[in-house]
Amino acid sequence: MSINRRQFLRRVGLVSALGLGGSFVITSLRGKKVEAASSVAEYETSKDALVAKHWAMVVDMSKFKTEEDFKKVVDSCVSIHNIPDIGNLKDEIKWIWEDDYEHTFSGGENEYLTESFKKLPFAVICNHCENPPCVKACPTGATFKRPDGIVDMDYHRCIGCRFCMGACPYGARSFNWRDPRPFIKKIDPDFPTRTQGVVEKCTFCVERLADGVMPACVEASNGGLIFGDLDDPNSEVRKIISTKYTIRRKVELGTQPSVYYLIGGGNNA
Amino acid sequence: MLEKALTGSKRYWAWIFFLLAVIAVGLVAYFRQYNYGLGLTGMSRDVSWGLYIAQFTFLVGVAASAVMLVTPYYLHDFKKFGKMVILGEFLAISSVIMCIFFIFVDVGQPMRILNVLLYPQLHSVMFYDMCVLFGYLFINIVVGWTTLGAERKGTPPPKWIKPIIYISIPWAFSIHTVTAFLYAGLPGRPFWLSAIMAARFLAAAFAAGPAFLILLVLIVRKVSKFDADPPGVGAIQSLVKIIRYAMIANIFFYICEVFTAFYSNIPEEMAPFKYAFVGLDGHTSLVPFMWAATILAFIGIGLLIFPTRKNKVLLPLALVAIYIANWIDKGVVLIIAGFVPNPFGRVTEYFPTSNELAIVVGVYAIGTLVLTVLYKVAISVREQNQI
Repeated sequence: MSINRRQFLRRVGLVSALGLGGSFVITSLRGKKVEAASSVAEYETSKDALVAKHWAMVVDMSKFKTEEDFKKVVDSCVSIHNIPDIGNLKDEIKWIWEDDYEHTFSGGENEYLTESFKKLPFAVICNHCENPPCVKACPTGATFKRPDGIVDMDYHRCIGCRFCMGACPYGARSFNWRDPRPFIKKIDPDFPTRTQGVVEKCTFCVERLADGVMPACVEASNGGLIFGDLDDPNSEVRKIISTKYTIRRKVELGTQPSVYYLIGGGNNA
Repeated sequence: MLEKALTGSKRYWAWIFFLLAVIAVGLVAYFRQYNYGLGLTGMSRDVSWGLYIAQFTFLVGVAASAVMLVTPYYLHDFKKFGKMVILGEFLAISSVIMCIFFIFVDVGQPMRILNVLLYPQLHSVMFYDMCVLFGYLFINIVVGWTTLGAERKGTPPPKWIKPIIYISIPWAFSIHTVTAFLYAGLPGRPFWLSAIMAARFLAAAFAAGPAFLILLVLIVRKVSKFDADPPGVGAIQSLVKIIRYAMIANIFFYICEVFTAFYSNIPEEMAPFKYAFVGLDGHTSLVPFMWAATILAFIGIGLLIFPTRKNKVLLPLALVAIYIANWIDKGVVLIIAGFVPNPFGRVTEYFPTSNELAIVVGVYAIGTLVLTVLYKVAISVREQNQI
C-alpha cells in the first residue's frame, strides 16, 4: 500500500495525539495517588519551635572587644553549618564575619575619625531585610522571605546565576565556586553540606529555631548578640531598638535591615 | 532550504571546520569548568559576574539592532534595505543563540536552569529576560525563514507574517530594555542604578549592531556573487547615518552619566567611573580599555560625519572602531566596574582565566557557525534568483 505525504502526516499526527493524550491520562492518575499518600502524613511544625512575626538581631558593640569575642561567634556558625575554609579570598565562603567600622559603614566617611575608631571591629551578617533585593532578583524562588521575616535559602533549587549576589547591597552572599566538601574541617551530619555552583548565606539558624533553640552565634555571644521578635513590644530587641541608639547598614536604600548595631552599650540611652 | 548550506566551495568548508575546531576547544574548556565549578574562571565573591554576562549583555544589543532595518523597511516602506533586512534578521538569530549560551555557561547548576520556568518568579527581571529572549529568537526564525522561503519560490511572503513582523519591532526594544533592567534596578550598585541605562543600551546597540552588519555585507560581497547593496542603491550609506546618530546619542547619554556622578560629587556614584578611567586605590586594570574605547568612539564618529564615510578603506575602519568601542563599554567595563568597589568600599579586581576565555571564544564560534550557515542559505537563494 502506498500513501502520499498528506496521508502520512495525518497519520503521524493522529498517533502522536493518541500517545500524548494517553500519557496525560496516566500522569493524572498517578498524580491522584501521590495526593492521597501525602494527605496521610502532613508536615507539621514542631511544638517546641520558637516563632515570631519578625525576627531581628541587635549587635551590642560593647560586648565585642577582643578577637576572642568574634572568634567564638564565628566558629560556632562555621562548625554547625559545614562552612568550608577554602583558604583564598576569591572563593571565600562566610556567613558571619568581622570587619571594621570604616568598611562596614562605607559611604559615611569621616576623615577626622581617629584610626582606632575607624578600625573598630563590627560583626557582619546577612541583614534579613524587610524588602530583600536578593529575593526580588532570584529567578527561581531559591531565596525567599519567610512569614517570620527570615530570608532563607533552598540550596536544591538554586541554579547559581548569582543575580542575588549582584542585588545584595551588603555583600552578605557567598557562592560555591568549587566543591566545598573537601574544605570542611569536620562535617556536621545534622546540617546539609552544599554542592558546587549554589549560593549560600546566614539563615538566622532556621533549623535551630524549629527545634526551639536560639541561633548558634547568639548562644555563643555571651549576650553580645540579642535575638528576638521585633513585632513583640515586650521583647528585648524591641525595647533596645526603640529606646537606645542603634544604627543599621545603608538604610537609605530602603531595604529595612533587621540587624541593628547598638552603639555605646547600655549607657547610651 | 537548509540543504543549501551542505554544498559549498572548499573555502566554505575550511571555514566551517575551523569553527568546529574552535567550538571543540571551547567544549573541552566547558567540561573542565563543569567538573571543577566556576572557580575555574576569574570571578570571585566580590566580582561575581564577569566576561560571560558581559558578552550576553553586549550581544542582546547586537540582536536587537535588526530592528534598525526591519522598522524602516516594513513600517516606512524604505525599499533600500530590501536586500539587507534578511541579513539583519539572521544576525539577530545567531546573537540571541550566543546570549542563551553565555547565560548557560555562567550558571553554577546548569542542569537546574529550567527551574526558571518551573518556578517562575514574576518579581524577577531574569524571568522576563528569558521570556523575551526566547520570544525574539522564535520571531526572527519564523520571519526570516518564511520571507526567504517565499523569495526562493518567487512569491510574495504570506499575509500572516506581517503581524509577526510588526510585533518584532517593539519586541526588539523590549529585549534590550529588559536586559538593562536586570542591572538598573539593583539598589546597591550605583554604577548600574541609572534611569538612563536602558536608553544607553539601545543607543549603543543601534550603533554596534548595524556597524557589524555593514562589515558582514562587505564580507558577503567579497566571498559571493550576492551584493546586499548593489551600486546605486545606497543602503549602506543610509545605515551609516543611523549608526552615526545612534553613536552620538550613546556618547551623549554617557556624558549625562558622568556629569550626574561628578557634579553631584557623591562618592559612590563617582567611584566606578574613577575605577574605569583613572583607577581606584592603585587598581587600574580597566583604564587602558576605557581610554581605548573613548578614543575609538570619537574616531569612529569623526570618520562617519565627514565625507570619509564614503571612503572604501576608512568606512570599514570607522565601523570596526565603533564596534570595538561599544564592545569594550558593554562587553567588558560595564559589568566589571559595576562590582567595584564592593559593598565594603574595597577594590577587588577581575582577570579572566585562559579557560574562561576559551569558553567565550567557543561560544562566539558557535554563533559564527550559525551565522555562516544562515547566511550561506540566504546567499544561495539570492544567487539562484539572480541568475
